[in-house]
Amino acid sequence: MATKSLQKRESELASTQRQLEILSNGIFQSGELPTFANKIKETNQFPLTPKKVEILQINVGYMCNQVCSHCHVDAGPDRKEIMTRETMQQCLDVIEKTGAHTLDLTGGAPEMNPHFRWFVEEASKIGVKDFIVRSNLTIIRANKKYHDLPEFFKKHNVHVVSSMPHWTRGKTDKQRGDGVFDKSIKALQELNAVGYGMPDSDLRLDLVYNPSGAFLPGDQVAMEKDFKKALFDDFGIQFHNLFAITNLPISRFLDYLIASENYEDYMYSLVEAFNPSAVANVMCTNTISVSWDGWLYDCDFNQMLDLKVASKVKHISEYNEEDLSKRNIIISQHCYGCTAGAGSSCQGTVA
Amino acid sequence: MDKSYYNPRDLKKFGSITEWSEELGNKFFEYYGKVFEEGALTPREKSLIALAVAHTEQCPYCIDAYSQDGLQRGITKEEMMEAIHVGAAIKSGATLVHGVQMMNKVNKLEM
Repeated sequence: MATKSLQKRESELASTQRQLEILSNGIFQSGELPTFANKIKETNQFPLTPKKVEILQINVGYMCNQVCSHCHVDAGPDRKEIMTRETMQQCLDVIEKTGAHTLDLTGGAPEMNPHFRWFVEEASKIGVKDFIVRSNLTIIRANKKYHDLPEFFKKHNVHVVSSMPHWTRGKTDKQRGDGVFDKSIKALQELNAVGYGMPDSDLRLDLVYNPSGAFLPGDQVAMEKDFKKALFDDFGIQFHNLFAITNLPISRFLDYLIASENYEDYMYSLVEAFNPSAVANVMCTNTISVSWDGWLYDCDFNQMLDLKVASKVKHISEYNEEDLSKRNIIISQHCYGCTAGAGSSCQGTVA
Repeated sequence: MDKSYYNPRDLKKFGSITEWSEELGNKFFEYYGKVFEEGALTPREKSLIALAVAHTEQCPYCIDAYSQDGLQRGITKEEMMEAIHVGAAIKSGATLVHGVQMMNKVNKLEM
């Protein structure tokens, strides 16, 4: 398993331009498969336009303690992009005036940003309805300075959303690295111990499942049932909901698809599973994604492809919801990942 | 004509069998879809049965389809392999239980 980011390895796929070329060439250029734009034209859903902003998703940096093989961020210990306190202040100014009900902090491992705790304290004072931190779990066990994170999250009523690709050690460690499963289990037990994920608790703990390979996620409800039973029977762990997320063919997952000769078959699966009703609720229609350096994107995936919003307003410093609401959402063939089957978003299925 | 009897891409064309016999083809696919819905058995259990039968029938298309289906349902490699052993055990059992027929025949014929 790789221990360095594509960027550090100087892989050609570290170039967003190259990724976009791959997604537009081959089977899509030859017409063997329809482009995403042509596909949504068939159902009169082109151009894709936003609804009201409900979720502000802020990526506070690409640094991470893990190097997961499917990571769409190409995150890892060698990534140095970290949101500054000044940019965080600009985000706080926006959080105060936005109509969005959900604040969603992601990364990398957001906890590794040195200003993370200050940012959470300040943001929680503003009183967002749903304040999410996407935690990879192992960070809680990675270093003594993170051991009190469960208490810190509780103090600020943070909604914890954590990745867990499977309820078995083998599948989890293959995707996320050796030892990740055991550390994740310990972290979940610690979150449960302070009240997270318990049946009637207001301290929300949700898990994210994404397939560990070139296949689509199964039914979210059935997977949740299996996860709940296995984690409770084997480890006494409880959690609230499972979000099943499809891997999008970008960055390290695209690298894996090409290297394992699964790219074409995977794109076929995504296109065959295209669901127009998922298009109607796809997350870019109610989300604004902010990068570590303050640029605005339709979603975290477009951020990683460096496709900034097609709006007069492109940076958090000039954030204006009315201007943003008039934009068209930028699409490419990776978008098929969010519209396959029951759809996929950072909050799980959408259709 | 293809030089090989089996082409993985042909699985995607399975639906085209309705073109030369629409009513029967549609009836089959409707039945097939219904069989795999949740019933007294879960779709997960049905997927494992399908995988085992795919092997006893030695259908490469079905093996591709139900290996992938199993992964999508979170079925582990160990569960998949055990299911195949169930199929293999029944196959070999079915062969060996005919040994009784052979013994009966031999016993009848021999003095």
